[in-house]
Amino acid sequence: MALDKIGIAKRIAQELKDRYFVNLGIGIPTLVANYIPKGIDVEFQSENGVLGMGPFPFEGEEDADIINAGKQTITTLPGASFFDSSLSFGMIRGQHVDLTILGAMEVAENGDIANWKIPGKMVKGMGGAMDLVASAENIIVAMMHVNKAGQSKILKKCTLPLTGVGCVKKVVTELAVLEVTPKGFKLLERAPGVTVEHIIASTEAELIIEGEIPEMSID
Amino acid sequence: MINKKVTNVQEALQGIEDGMTIMLGGFGLCGIPENSIAELVQKETKLLTCISNNAGVDDFGLGLLLHKKQIKKMISSYVGENAEFERQMLSGELDVELIPQGTLAERCRAAQAGIPAFFTPAGYGTEVAEGKEVREFNGKMHVMEHAFNADFAIVKAWKGDTAGNLIFKGTARNFNPAMSGAAKITVAEVEELVEAGTLDPNQIHIPGIFIQRIFQGEKYEKRIEQRTVRNR
Repeated sequence: MALDKIGIAKRIAQELKDRYFVNLGIGIPTLVANYIPKGIDVEFQSENGVLGMGPFPFEGEEDADIINAGKQTITTLPGASFFDSSLSFGMIRGQHVDLTILGAMEVAENGDIANWKIPGKMVKGMGGAMDLVASAENIIVAMMHVNKAGQSKILKKCTLPLTGVGCVKKVVTELAVLEVTPKGFKLLERAPGVTVEHIIASTEAELIIEGEIPEMSID
Repeated sequence: MINKKVTNVQEALQGIEDGMTIMLGGFGLCGIPENSIAELVQKETKLLTCISNNAGVDDFGLGLLLHKKQIKKMISSYVGENAEFERQMLSGELDVELIPQGTLAERCRAAQAGIPAFFTPAGYGTEVAEGKEVREFNGKMHVMEHAFNADFAIVKAWKGDTAGNLIFKGTARNFNPAMSGAAKITVAEVEELVEAGTLDPNQIHIPGIFIQRIFQGEKYEKRIEQRTVRNR
């Protein structure tokens, strides 16, 4: 069975490593914070100027001056710090942040990503996404494998305006875990009960498939 | 001590005229200069070019200026959550330049720090880089971006003193420090204005040299855009 959004978040959480500083995008990536593997320490950065982000506040304890990049009220954890936008993107551009997890509309086999604009429709802007994808050493995309019209979002070439070029390292969808290699997408894992044939049929790009493809292990 | 205190918002915004370029601090509705925005609505200043990360919501923040059609051009990184903005943009009434958030922050900081231009990897290979000089450094491609050139910067801080020194609170800091001193005149509005000598010099985030006018704002609403809580 294909994963739900929480399943995608749980699988991506397995990519977190001890002592990682991580930037989480809006949507599925935000959920990853709820499933940090036991026994490791990670800190979450939000590009509006906080490191050491904690969970949402208890009702009545919201502070309008403490929000994340999704403009949601948050709390901070011991060791947290606040800083200005220029320093925040210094952290990102300077590759002090180890991992960026974000959503996408399309990802191509060369690692290109598109996630900020659909021509002819509303353009909401790129926010910090272009800085994040251009700078991060490790970028994981969390998204659904196909769009609402049933078309694959895993493509040979992006059709939408790009956010960044050749930057995505891994993609986790409701169907599969894919690695972006110099030769294209390599199928690493499949969602529980999802067949390789189903994944191939749902993917416009060619897939590199070597040997038996294991099922994802998700609690 | 050089005194930067002005008596009210009217005095603070003296000299802002139609057609000027203004930087405004804030991220979403967090850390925005509420009093100054309200005064710009009162003044009916028109044809403004506004540099601000976001454009407010329909009935608050820069949305108030949009509603009165006082903004000619908006330079931002993200402009969602604003139906009037969408309408003016699609109808062509409003000119919009979208730029990456880190580039926006650095173009402010560059203006503050006297750096005319800089190279960043953000936007390389995208439409953001069209028409701009690109150059390779350490095997990676970068795009040249220029410092902003603004007439006024309007920032909001938590505490300030009569010398113009500023202290920010939480994530309300955001773009306010980089915009301080990034325009010909910087106006700071603060929740609490104290006499110079009261604040600990070790705790100052922005030194008064970057601020020309400071005043204490009134009745901060501090609206929350996304109220998210957890169960006890």
